[in-house]
Amino acid sequence: MSVELDVFVVNTTIMDEEVYQLWLDGYTVNDAVKVRMEGGVLEGCEASAEVLHSDTMDQYRTFQMCERLLHSPVKLANQLLFQIPPHRQVMLIERYYAFDSVFVREVLGKKLSKGTKKDLDDVSAKTGVTLKSCRRQFDNFKRVFKVVEELKGPLVENIRQHFLLSDKLARDYAAIVFFANNRFETGKKKLHYLTFQDFAFCAGQLISNWTVGALGDYNMVEDMDVDLEKEFLQDLKELKILITDRDLLDQHKSLVCTALRGKTKAFNEMEANFKNLSRGLVNIAAKLTNTKEVRDFFIDLVEKFIEPCRSDKWTAGDMRLYLTHYTNSAHVLDTFKHQVVWDRYMGVIKSCILKMYHD
Amino acid sequence: MPGKLKAKIVAGRHLPVMDRASDLTDAFVEVKFGNTTFKTDVYPKSLNPQWNSEWFKFEVDDEDLQDEPLQITVLDHDTYSANDAIGKVYIDIDPLLSSEAATVISGWFPIYDTIHGIRGEINVLVKVDLFNDLNRFRQSSCGVKFFCTTSIPRCYRAALVHGFVEELVVNEDPEYQWIDRIRTPRASNEARQRLISLMSGELQRKIGLKVLEMGGNAVVGYLQCFDLEGESGLVVRAIGTACTLDKLIPGSEIKEPVFSEDPTHPLSVPPTPLRTLPSSSSPPPFSPSKLCSRQSSSSDTDLSLTPKMGMGSGISVGKEAGPLKTLLRQQAQSALEQREFPFFTLTCFPPGFLVHIGGVVSARSVKLLDRIHNPDEPETRDAWWEEIRQEIKSHAKALGCHAVVGYSESTTICEEVCILSASGTAAMLNPRFMREGSVCVYSRFDDASPPSCGFCHIPYDEFNMPFPAQLTYCYHCRRQKVPDVLFTTIDLPAEAAVTGKGCLIQARLCRTKKKAQGEVNATAISNLLPFMEYELHTQLMNKLKLRCMNALFGLRIQISVGENMLLGLASATGVYLSALPAPGGIQIAGKTPSDLSYDQHISTMQKRINDTIAMNKELYNIHPPECIEEVVGSPIPDRQRSRLFRSTSESSDELSELDLSHGKKDAFVLEIDDTDAVEDIQSLLTDAPMPAGFYSCNTEVMPGIYNWTSGLQMFTSVRVYRLNNANLTNQGLNKIFTDLCENLLKSLYFKLRSMIPCCLCHLNFTVAVPEEELIQVRRHTPKNTSPILFIFPINILIKLCVFVCFPGSGENEEQLQFSMELCGESTSSNNQPTAKPSASSSERCSPLPEVRSRSLRSTRSLPCGAPVTVVKMTPLSFLPRTRIVKYLGIINMFFIRETTSLREEGGVSGFLHSFIAEVFAMVRAHVAALGGNAVVSYSMKECVFMENPNKNQAQCLINVSGDAVIFVRESDQEAIPPLITCGQTSTTGADGTT
Repeated sequence: MSVELDVFVVNTTIMDEEVYQLWLDGYTVNDAVKVRMEGGVLEGCEASAEVLHSDTMDQYRTFQMCERLLHSPVKLANQLLFQIPPHRQVMLIERYYAFDSVFVREVLGKKLSKGTKKDLDDVSAKTGVTLKSCRRQFDNFKRVFKVVEELKGPLVENIRQHFLLSDKLARDYAAIVFFANNRFETGKKKLHYLTFQDFAFCAGQLISNWTVGALGDYNMVEDMDVDLEKEFLQDLKELKILITDRDLLDQHKSLVCTALRGKTKAFNEMEANFKNLSRGLVNIAAKLTNTKEVRDFFIDLVEKFIEPCRSDKWTAGDMRLYLTHYTNSAHVLDTFKHQVVWDRYMGVIKSCILKMYHD
Repeated sequence: MPGKLKAKIVAGRHLPVMDRASDLTDAFVEVKFGNTTFKTDVYPKSLNPQWNSEWFKFEVDDEDLQDEPLQITVLDHDTYSANDAIGKVYIDIDPLLSSEAATVISGWFPIYDTIHGIRGEINVLVKVDLFNDLNRFRQSSCGVKFFCTTSIPRCYRAALVHGFVEELVVNEDPEYQWIDRIRTPRASNEARQRLISLMSGELQRKIGLKVLEMGGNAVVGYLQCFDLEGESGLVVRAIGTACTLDKLIPGSEIKEPVFSEDPTHPLSVPPTPLRTLPSSSSPPPFSPSKLCSRQSSSSDTDLSLTPKMGMGSGISVGKEAGPLKTLLRQQAQSALEQREFPFFTLTCFPPGFLVHIGGVVSARSVKLLDRIHNPDEPETRDAWWEEIRQEIKSHAKALGCHAVVGYSESTTICEEVCILSASGTAAMLNPRFMREGSVCVYSRFDDASPPSCGFCHIPYDEFNMPFPAQLTYCYHCRRQKVPDVLFTTIDLPAEAAVTGKGCLIQARLCRTKKKAQGEVNATAISNLLPFMEYELHTQLMNKLKLRCMNALFGLRIQISVGENMLLGLASATGVYLSALPAPGGIQIAGKTPSDLSYDQHISTMQKRINDTIAMNKELYNIHPPECIEEVVGSPIPDRQRSRLFRSTSESSDELSELDLSHGKKDAFVLEIDDTDAVEDIQSLLTDAPMPAGFYSCNTEVMPGIYNWTSGLQMFTSVRVYRLNNANLTNQGLNKIFTDLCENLLKSLYFKLRSMIPCCLCHLNFTVAVPEEELIQVRRHTPKNTSPILFIFPINILIKLCVFVCFPGSGENEEQLQFSMELCGESTSSNNQPTAKPSASSSERCSPLPEVRSRSLRSTRSLPCGAPVTVVKMTPLSFLPRTRIVKYLGIINMFFIRETTSLREEGGVSGFLHSFIAEVFAMVRAHVAALGGNAVVSYSMKECVFMENPNKNQAQCLINVSGDAVIFVRESDQEAIPPLITCGQTSTTGADGTT
């Protein structure tokens, strides 16, 4: 005797969040049954593994049928096939679009193309996330990217409205889209110590300060949140004067050193390295007009600034102090005329470096 | 031309991509009614077309209005080739024909295709202008209200109960017509759907005419069934109870108790007479012409050898030879008896309506199907039913009753053999509810019978009992005789005094049968039937005693035929009626008491049984007040001693012999020498106890539980098992069958574990044995060689808070109900707490910008659908803790779904799962379009499933029905849920999904 067919359909869709998570994590039905058994779900119930299997199957089928709707979450609210209470809908969407930070770290900044998708089995092997789950997450990134890519308006807001995600998740997706669009290099060994959240923070800074949208000018420009503002990048070249003009460089150094003296143990190293560090930061700024250099933005930050400081054993406090005075002192320089650009640049650099400066 | 039907096609959404090149669709709509068709313009290149059509007007007879559905077809325009159909929507406009039901149909309907399922949605507006037609000879019956509910609908008062109405129409099944060989599966399915829709419309109209003829204005307990007889045709038949209903003026209503059968309205008019025919000589209220034709059509395809089963399940009156001329019956020349069939499809009655209950009466008849030659003269089928009804009527008479309540009819078909079954509960109705003509003939009984026990008192003559029964004086009033056990098909009367709680009791039986054809097969089946009924009855009786109960309500016995087996499944709700004597225990006896080990075996068994009984007493909280009696020392008449001789079921002479031979009193004896008894004991003890916190019953309300919440959930479960071993014994099959049912129940308990305390109400099992021939419906070649069991319960779950401190408002339940109440608007604020709320909420409703619309904001101007209304579905006739304010009309839908890519759709389970979900969605959409928010008395009448995995094909037919209603919550606080939900969304797990 074998069970040929076994279905259970409810008017108001019942979903077990635990099973949903197992499904999202790419467990097969049999594995999910095992996990649930070990989780002690049968305790206190007079039920056998068969019952559990049948229940898991039912739920998996429901999720599979919902999946199509989850691809465009707006549909989920006005579709008629499943009667799902609104708070459940929110849960379904939020969990479906949630991702593993180990996984996202692997694909961050990569082109969301078929080629990348083909390599997902390697990513799966490396991260321990099941291939099925990797595919779902990858497809989610790609789907969000495609929809948002050609929309006007603020990036985070667009994502939130089209995918009904929470603010936090929408921001994360904005970061993923931003990285994928600008193809920032994040996979180099030197960058391995950085988490997704570090990058997401930096992306948020870049989006809100360096893009067209950052100026609050929402008129008829597309990709305003996804691309860096070209004019601003052009202006950054002007900052070169800070390192090319010897007087200016010395003046800047003395101002910073005066301000720092006695306030930190690492003062000597700061003084000794000032010119190198300043050159590093300004050169990064000057090169950003080149798209290729943009990709290396984070690696440059680490190589040119973070690593030297770390080898000199600066503390996070030292870093903050140094960057604050480094930024502010430039305002006092008489011959330096690019205060606005300088602030816009250094504001982001400072917060990025502070976020990235850890072990 | 007494009616003008107007339809307007507003918009579509989520349409499928029909043009692969552009990933878009050029959709237009055809609106068809009768032979008139209108078309909208083509809305090019959109998946969310906005047609905003003019009003299409159809000027039609009201006869057509009743018969025909409005047919809406969505198509994809193609310049070079034929237009592709996307799907269809059939809208039954019957609800618009009654002034008290819905006034407009407006809303989003799923576009349904029999091959692809739901493909997008369409927004439609439908109205009807009716002109008054006073033609006496009209063929239409507009305005007659239909209710599936088997009680007087909640917002009506029964002014008159006219009685039984029945009708059937037959036709050829399009699936078997010659043309089906050349048309596509889609065309064939659609032809079938349309035909059945037409036939149900016609059936309703004809029944409506009968009702008007009788002077009524409504049909309550409307039960419509399809018999898919295959080659021989398609029968659609319906029965119901004609009534004259008065609408209660809202506001003047007294708040009704949640479950009692509203004592307020029917009683408020004390002399509610049952309208009867003026004199005995006048013809019965059924079309007289048909009666004549029936008499002439004696040449049934039926065989003379097919006996009809007259097995009363509680009481088998079929065996009684002569007509019983009891004193009572001579007196009771009530008007009721003069009608052809004093039957009532109702299962719940106004208090006082039911005087006494005799017991279950049932009749079965095995027939051989033959092609219906002339669809306009369905006399053969009519005659079959006529016979059965006559038999039921005579059984009822034998029980000293003049009426049958809780009456229902069903069929089971296997190849050309068809078993027709009818069952009901013989009862005496209160003469006060009849016309003046019949004065208090029952005064003998009527005198001061307290309502809580009166219905238990025997209606038949004590000295001339139709069957051997042990009578005692009523334990409640001590004045009248009651039987020791009572079986009924109705719901427990609200006023009945009950001890403890009730529970679901099932008897399951499987019997093998030789494969045979035609008459031989029919004979074999009819020979088996009495034994099956007898065994089912014995099982029920044993299980009842094991649970220490003495009455069954809502008894439903289903016998289904397969090619080489017969299945019997009896379900009922067991109760301990305080008025009836306490059931005795169960004694086990062996034939060879000398053997020591054998004795030991018996005594351990006996002990297990005794333990189970004791445990059940605790479980169901049954503590019969016997000890109290002794303390009080109430005078127990000596006659009561006689009850000690009661030791068997009323119906079984055989058993009583067995019992006497053992000589034990006050106990039900099982001899375990014969294998049958061993089997019985096995099945007794293998019933797994229900997990704590669960209650189940197959009636509307659970006896003994009163604190319901409004949280409720309806589910349908279908299982198909394949028996691998074709050569199974009866015993083996029985065990398998029992295990299947038990497993299904266990599975339900597990799935619903997070909802406890909860009660599974109206748990309704249906079994079928699809055989080869059914599986290989044309287009599907035969492949399955072993029989398949097919079980599906359709039921609901009502949460109840039994041990929660706040009566009737447990936190869990509140949560569930609030979350279901929420509309989409409040979600958006949940989702986007920081977003500009106005912009975001309108955004959510609008379709996604298509062609990658460059502007986000411009899409906001598109008309957007209102948030999807939450529609509750329940097989109950009410929603606990709510008030039904309006009945919007009957929902009666028939769907066919077929696939040629079974594997791709997730196999049979995936296919059926999505189909059932789609059916639910379509029912909800129709209810919402009528302006309702719930379906009550919902049932899935038919669910026929056929598959051929080798060809990757499957087909399924589903018929559902119910009453669309508007309900409001009882308390005002509950009417403003969103605020609370917002606060509770964080604890989403509480509603039973974790």
